[in-house]
Amino acid sequence: MLGFRIQRRDKPLGFYSAFVVLAAVVLALLFSGGILALRGTPPVEGMRVLLQSAFGSRWALEDSLAKAVPIFLCSLGVGVTFRLQIWNIGAEGQYAMGAVGATWAALTLPGLPWYLLLPLMGLVSFGAGAVWGLVPAFFRLRWQVNEIIVTLMFNYIAILFLEFLVYGAWKDPVSFGFPMTPTFSDNAIIPMIGMTRLNWGIVVCVLAGIAIWVFFRYTRLGFELAACGENVRAARYAGMPYNLLVYLVMGFSGGLAGWAACIEVSANLNRLQPSVMAGYGYTAIVVAWLARLNPLAIAVASFLLAGLRVGTENLQLELQVPSAFGSIMEGLILLTVLAGSFFIDYQVRRRGRL
Amino acid sequence: MNMEIIIPLLAAAVQSGTPILYATLGEIFTERSGVLNLGVEGIMFVGALVAFITARVTGDPWLGLVAGGVSGALLAGLHGLVCLNFLGNQVVSGLALTILGTGMGNYFGTSFVGLQAPGFYPLDVPGLADLPLVGPVFFHQDLLVYCSYLLVPMLWYFFQYTRWGLRLRAAGENPDAAEAAGISVLGYRWGGILVGGFLGGLGGSYLSLAYTHLWATNITAGRGWIAVGLVIFAFWKPGRALLGAYLFGGVMAFQFRLQAMGTALPSSLLLMLPYGLTVLVLILAYVRGQGTKAPAALGVNLEPRE
Repeated sequence: MLGFRIQRRDKPLGFYSAFVVLAAVVLALLFSGGILALRGTPPVEGMRVLLQSAFGSRWALEDSLAKAVPIFLCSLGVGVTFRLQIWNIGAEGQYAMGAVGATWAALTLPGLPWYLLLPLMGLVSFGAGAVWGLVPAFFRLRWQVNEIIVTLMFNYIAILFLEFLVYGAWKDPVSFGFPMTPTFSDNAIIPMIGMTRLNWGIVVCVLAGIAIWVFFRYTRLGFELAACGENVRAARYAGMPYNLLVYLVMGFSGGLAGWAACIEVSANLNRLQPSVMAGYGYTAIVVAWLARLNPLAIAVASFLLAGLRVGTENLQLELQVPSAFGSIMEGLILLTVLAGSFFIDYQVRRRGRL
Repeated sequence: MNMEIIIPLLAAAVQSGTPILYATLGEIFTERSGVLNLGVEGIMFVGALVAFITARVTGDPWLGLVAGGVSGALLAGLHGLVCLNFLGNQVVSGLALTILGTGMGNYFGTSFVGLQAPGFYPLDVPGLADLPLVGPVFFHQDLLVYCSYLLVPMLWYFFQYTRWGLRLRAAGENPDAAEAAGISVLGYRWGGILVGGFLGGLGGSYLSLAYTHLWATNITAGRGWIAVGLVIFAFWKPGRALLGAYLFGGVMAFQFRLQAMGTALPSSLLLMLPYGLTVLVLILAYVRGQGTKAPAALGVNLEPRE
């Protein structure tokens, strides 16, 4: 009988896997076009507006790069937890706690000079995000509680806590009822780079990226983490510090999400308001998986998905496409890439006649 | 507290627990076959919208209900395609499903916000509705609630005594042995995914057709995730799922009532209750259950044979 034989590849597909991912993304774009057509938007025109406004001009590229900063930071941490087969779905909540932490520092000590206040905001936001990642890690290690559900529930709790503060205790008395804190003092604001739409927060991305690279490449713990990720059980038997690693990656992951939020509230919003929650934490999961958890690829994927967000915003302005279209595209891309990965990991051969 | 407060509260607990119950039962069905589907939130959302639109256009809530269930099964089918046929990671595929589903719900739902659709309303069960306490709490509800009462023992019987049920469990516990015994593991897992998606879609339909009767953005509000958590709390058993769903329904109803009564507590803090309770309930389940009772092959894909 003629049929197909499926085999795990002996050696990785290497460079060609990029083509598989590309083909999957193109397929997702085609489906997205169909979904635009379903609601009466001309799909070709829609895709043109989307891509043009995301990557088609210097302004667009700067916008996309600026949006890539929080996505990259969240995704970098999330990707490291995934390597250890710990499913941190909580970057969104860790980001929310980071925003609260940074705001607390900015509102409490507004008079501090910027070279003290900005590091303090970074420290508090990192700590707040880290704690929000460490608690689920503790539940997981102590009682084997499923971290997917806990980190998710922590997202809802953190966002509600943020709302509780901006609608209540921290609300600006002269905001005419809008839920927002007072504007930060100048010392609490990360400045822009020259005449661009980028802020100096992007430097944090570069530093975090290098730190991760050095960690995996040159430290014993980094090597152990890679080993644990391959086979948790074997690594445990070999006496590797599994629990320590789980705490380390969850704290680090939460901390990076906290930094992402610190940069957003300080450089872009200059105050805390509910719109700070833009779903970067969920996009980060998509990015980490698109990049197959590789830090450099995460940088590229963050930029592309940030562009998608910029594009979707313009699609809303120009063609009245609901902003939820962005989530549809993200979901579709993730599904097609997941299915496409099959061809990276396995080979399909025609079964010959016997 | 007196009975005039407690009875409506308990009745509301049953009502607001019902969508969670449908979704939890659906996820139990899927997970028993060995597939983890984290897309329940997205499935409920799409089910709610499709049911709402269908009922609004046709004027028939039953058609809406069927359409909602079918749309849930279709969305779950994407998960089946990615995980069963293309061996994709089940956790990530489920997350993708939720991102896609909530996106779809909000994208196609924007033009319906605030509009109404025909739905289901409470009907007394003759005889039973007159019982003290039990009557007004359990038997002054809508038809979908009564269906869920029947569904729980049906699923229990299915898993425990029917051939299909036992084979479905075998696919989730030990797929290799099941395969060797001539059971089509792939077939049963597809069945698990589709039926689970259908029930999740019904849970969503309940939200828009019986719980609110109007369309609102973010109508699921994390109920799908709570359902996924409740599966663990229920130890994959339909009976315990009922208990868990009503517990959550109770907390949600209580929280609404407190808000309506104008308590001094800010609403954001009250809204945290169900999510905090999910975490607490999970910890308790693990501490009391001494480890998990998950199907042994849950989340593990079938590797192709050499």
